Amino acid sequence: MADIILETKNLTYTYAPKTAGEVTAIRDVSVAIERGTLVGIIGHTGSGKSTLIEHFNGLMRGTSGVVLLDGKDIWENKKEIRSVRFRVGVCFQYPEYQLFEETVYKDVAFGPKNMGLSEEEIDRRVREVLSFVGLEERYLELSPFDLSGGEKRRVAIAGIMAMEPQVLVLDEPCAGLDPIGRATVLSLIQNYQKTTGSTVIIVTHSMEDAALIADRILVMNQARLAFYGTVEEVFSHAGELQSMGLDIPQMMRLYLLLREKGLPVSKTFYTLEQAKKAILACFKKGENA
Amino acid sequence: MISDITIGQYYSGTSVLHRLDARVKILLTVLFIVIIFLCKNFLSLALMFALTAVSILLSGVPFRMFFKSLKPILPIILFTAVLNIFYIKKGTELLSFWVITITTGGLATAFFMAVRIICLIMCSSLLTYTTTPTDLTDAIERLLSPLKVLHIQVHTLAMMMTLALRFIPTLIEEIERITNAQKARGADFESGRFMQRVKAMIPVLVPLFVSAFRRAYELSFAMSCRCYHGGEGRTRMKQMKLHLSDGVSFLLFALVLAGVIVLNHFFGKLI
Ligand SMILES: Nc1ncnc2c1ncn2[C@@H]1O[C@H](COP(=O)(O)OP(=O)(O)OP(=O)(O)O)[C@@H](O)[C@H]1O
Ligand SMILES: [Mg+2]
Repeated sequence: MADIILETKNLTYTYAPKTAGEVTAIRDVSVAIERGTLVGIIGHTGSGKSTLIEHFNGLMRGTSGVVLLDGKDIWENKKEIRSVRFRVGVCFQYPEYQLFEETVYKDVAFGPKNMGLSEEEIDRRVREVLSFVGLEERYLELSPFDLSGGEKRRVAIAGIMAMEPQVLVLDEPCAGLDPIGRATVLSLIQNYQKTTGSTVIIVTHSMEDAALIADRILVMNQARLAFYGTVEEVFSHAGELQSMGLDIPQMMRLYLLLREKGLPVSKTFYTLEQAKKAILACFKKGENA
Repeated sequence: MISDITIGQYYSGTSVLHRLDARVKILLTVLFIVIIFLCKNFLSLALMFALTAVSILLSGVPFRMFFKSLKPILPIILFTAVLNIFYIKKGTELLSFWVITITTGGLATAFFMAVRIICLIMCSSLLTYTTTPTDLTDAIERLLSPLKVLHIQVHTLAMMMTLALRFIPTLIEEIERITNAQKARGADFESGRFMQRVKAMIPVLVPLFVSAFRRAYELSFAMSCRCYHGGEGRTRMKQMKLHLSDGVSFLLFALVLAGVIVLNHFFGKLI
């Protein structure tokens, strides 16, 4: 048995039920997420990704179905829902718009403070987490409103990380950033996951990013769970993904094409560099044989 | 939820009331309010009530929309009714113990006031349900345009109102978003004493103001980029023209006004 940390069972949510604007944003979603994995959620716009993750920390309550955290229904005790939010940290799209304190330090400390931690513990966490997101000490006393967009984003993400959640959920953490900003944010998330060993779930529109950093990929399509599995498994359904309006990463397509043509490419590759190596290795094998 | 607020909620339709000129509708609403305060007895009030009921039926807006707009006012209606019942001592005594006496006059006044308030609310809701906010501000701008003589910037005021109306839903959405984001960081809005709750709003209000200002700047830049320069010399995309139905409704209101005056005159006060 795999070690499951977060699980949904037949989760369904309907916005504005019994009105003209009724929309079922997620329908019958059952998925089990293993502890310590990095999950990428992909799906066409409006497929219900954001709605799904808002159920993970109990900001929304499914019209039907349950969410289990460590095997326990998060809604079992209504009063405990706040503690669920500390264990499942959700960082929304454009999180920089939630900054409000006078200094970066205070803003990052907001979550830990709400948890009722001691001053020393808060101080330790703020400093640690800020180094995770690659901001130096001098940022601590700056006003979050004076930072650049990318820096604000990193401070906001740090604010969630500082709660040291068992599961960190990020909704499109790279939206609206330039390529360098995207790469920075992705690598800091990856780094965070490796160092803390926690479970990380990230919603993204970029198949490349998902393929690059995720262990598992969850595909949403028209409110339903379409696929959940390893990167390779999911992207092997290239045709179906395309019919959902999703594209598979270029390198992945190349890999599949090579396999199809019967070339013995050994390992999957996601970057140009990996592709070069794999193909060269392939040729070498051919020469040797 | 907060999004239940019905300010400027337009219920789309094609009824006679929807098609009436917005200026006419505003004037008639004002006239209605004046007339209903002229009513002195139940007969004239009944006439106004009938006018309200007929207008509601004509509008094709479902009843539940009106109940929804009444809901927030209900406590006020009940409060005034209770006050009237206990304080007005006229007519025959119905009930009397300790300091409380209830008279027929008190009951009648309470009922009269309640119906009057309900008619008022219905009528103003009717205006916003059958007129789009843009039409409404447009009409206000035109009705107030004589004030230009006094160097009042009517166009600017109207533009500000249009924008304010336009951004109410946006800001409500924004509040919900920020509230959720802060809840995700463990912010607690539900428990604690009054002062604690007020303090708990800071993490929502600061980002809200920041984003409202940001939006305002962006919008003003976007408007200047499209050469917006205030009302001077602007022509209109939508011309407002009076139709026969507008004249007819004015006539109808004049008749009702006459009716109320006659009823007031011949049937005396209240009961
Ligand atoms: N507050 C709301 N009220 C009504 N319907 C909503 C609301 N929020 C979302 N929806 C609807 O629910 C569906 C799923 O929305 P959701 O935000 O979860 O999509 P998403 O997959 O996150 O999209 P994106 O990639 O654009 O962020 C959409 O059809 C949307 O129109
Ligand atoms: Mg989304």
